[in-house]
Amino acid sequence: MRIVVAMSGGVDSSTVAGLLAEAGHEVIGVTLQLYDHGAAVGRKGACCAGQDIHDAKRVADHLGIPHYVIDAEARFRDAVMADFADSYAAGETPVPCVRCNQTVKFHDLLGLARDLGAERLATGHYVQRLDGPDGPELHRAVDPARDQSWFLFATTRDQLAQSMFPLGAMPDKNAVRAEALRLGIAVADKPDSQDICFVPTGSYADAVGKLRPDALTPGDIVREDGSVIGQHDGIARYTIGQAKRLGNAAQDGGARRVVVSLDPATRRVVVGAPDAGTTLVRLRDVNWLVPPARLRCMVKLRARETPHAAEIIPTEDGAEVRLDAPALPAPGQACVFYDGERVLGGGFIRPPSRQPRTTPT
Amino acid sequence: MEMSYVVQDSSECIGARRGMIYMDANATEAPRPQAAAAMLAALALPGNPSSIHAAGRAARKLLEDAREGIATRFGARPADLVFTSGGTEADALAVHALGQGRRIIIGATEHDAIRAAAPDALRLPVDANGVADLDALAALLAAGPALVCLMLANNDTGVLHPIAAAAALCRAHGALLHVDAIQAAGRLAVDLPSLGATSLALSAHKIGGPMGAGALLLAPDVPVRAHLPGGGQERGRRGGTPALPAIAGFAAAVQACTPRDLAPLRDRIATAARDCGAVEIAATAPRLGNTLCLGLPGVRAETQVIALDMAGVQVSAGAACSSGKVGRSHVLDAMGLGPLAAEAIRISLPWNVTEDDVAHTIAAYRSMATRLRRGAAA
Repeated sequence: MRIVVAMSGGVDSSTVAGLLAEAGHEVIGVTLQLYDHGAAVGRKGACCAGQDIHDAKRVADHLGIPHYVIDAEARFRDAVMADFADSYAAGETPVPCVRCNQTVKFHDLLGLARDLGAERLATGHYVQRLDGPDGPELHRAVDPARDQSWFLFATTRDQLAQSMFPLGAMPDKNAVRAEALRLGIAVADKPDSQDICFVPTGSYADAVGKLRPDALTPGDIVREDGSVIGQHDGIARYTIGQAKRLGNAAQDGGARRVVVSLDPATRRVVVGAPDAGTTLVRLRDVNWLVPPARLRCMVKLRARETPHAAEIIPTEDGAEVRLDAPALPAPGQACVFYDGERVLGGGFIRPPSRQPRTTPT
Repeated sequence: MEMSYVVQDSSECIGARRGMIYMDANATEAPRPQAAAAMLAALALPGNPSSIHAAGRAARKLLEDAREGIATRFGARPADLVFTSGGTEADALAVHALGQGRRIIIGATEHDAIRAAAPDALRLPVDANGVADLDALAALLAAGPALVCLMLANNDTGVLHPIAAAAALCRAHGALLHVDAIQAAGRLAVDLPSLGATSLALSAHKIGGPMGAGALLLAPDVPVRAHLPGGGQERGRRGGTPALPAIAGFAAAVQACTPRDLAPLRDRIATAARDCGAVEIAATAPRLGNTLCLGLPGVRAETQVIALDMAGVQVSAGAACSSGKVGRSHVLDAMGLGPLAAEAIRISLPWNVTEDDVAHTIAAYRSMATRLRRGAAA
């Protein structure tokens, strides 16, 4: 089978390329250049490509497979980075990796794979594509510590049908490293990548500030009744549930306070009790991997958290999620529906509707 | 005997053995067997041309024979030829040596070797065909002493600038003219005096010689201050022990090359490609006979290059970064091509291209264009 492998230069996708080539497939390695690495690390004259692209090329050389670098900078900037900054500026906490998977990887790269006559696109993601009675299903990885299904909820059924994820069935990362070692892949002991790829310095606020300086304008920290109890240095530095960066506002009358909402229009960070929360979550851009229907399942509101029991109700413009117990959903994050190990779908969390807040009595 | 061995080996490794067709001569020419033979002979010599003993003298003879052969072929005096590591260094040396105290004016479609050597240079615009605008040049020259850098043939499109006319303008305004003849040398008759240039840059591997050697040719009595003075080699104009085997290969390639008119073969590909919906870029401009720049509306250049590579036909597009990323071509952007600039590939025929290679290229292009345009329309 002719297979395009999305190679990042890391151990996971390198191992995927190696395993598929070893199995006798015609493997074409492709690395997306998503952003100017030299500019991202702020070193003048640094090459536009990071070490990862060179690593991917060397792995391809070693495996004896063709390898190409695709310039996805403009697309990544428009579809992922701009959305990331706009979302932060709107008081949301975006997940750029989901946007990237949705646009650059499983739309554009799949398109390239089709153009090149490939039957599949393979990636190093830790999820499983299992074939069920109604077609391909998306399942959590065998290794719960590595599972990336939350990040891939937006993969459509069509996209799923053309994709493969050979690492989803691996028992753990050590097994992947062992395979890499066996295949003689030089990056076998390379550390895992951290954080968001285009923010190598780790400072999201700086990255957002470059694209949307207004997101770093100072403003007030207020109670839910609107009374001011502190100052902040930009709403992009805050997310729902956060207790850090609140200064004196982190304690109010002896009670611990966390961020409960962000209001971009007034640049206000609203704090409240950590056990405050809501049972109603509205979603936009919902992707269904089963026929849309009212159903009970588990949902995850963040990448790493224990699932909540909930009921999903499809609506005209997305879905409503009714949680059994209150939680603090962060607008912009994903809410992914699970039936056991299987992903049923998911959507992005909408900001709470602009109705006057009713203070609980 | 050695020669015949090399000839056989080389004709095999250029494509035939692995069913690959090399159509990227503007990136690097197909190697000439005579160059490989001369390099092997030079590699066997132990001497440094600067040494005074017998081995040194033998090396020096080889170096000076090479200098004479190359200089004479391009109409320069041997004493006015400075060997460099390649075309980039020759261009940079010209800008460094001739640009002192002068405004620098460069064509908008110059190679990065010039653009990076003169980052603050004034840009001379080109027309929609990529040909330098001489009225604009006259206006720019009126402002005072200048060094003008203009390539003879463009690497992406093969388009030729009117160098003799530009040289006349430069002379009239007391300006110097450096000509990057890297793509033209070996493909056209190139003669420094008839071009009227102050200096001329050459690269061995674009003539079928090895990578690692180039030259800056100068008009008589043009002084050059070294960029890298080192041990004072090349009459103090370029330090460092000359890369003798590469220079010997360079001279052999120059001697072996007789310009071959590849335009009829090139035009066969162009005609077939236009039938598939391709746009032949700079079709009406004076061009190198081996170069064809083809835009395929709606299909990204890198996809075309990969699809052709998978079909065994090796071409290129845009400006390749060291990462292998294909960036937009500043040449096509300067010509005002708009979106087509990101949808254009370059097919450049090597000196030893065969009719079969051309037929295979046409077949691969047709199949690629038909499949991808269908995808683009969907």
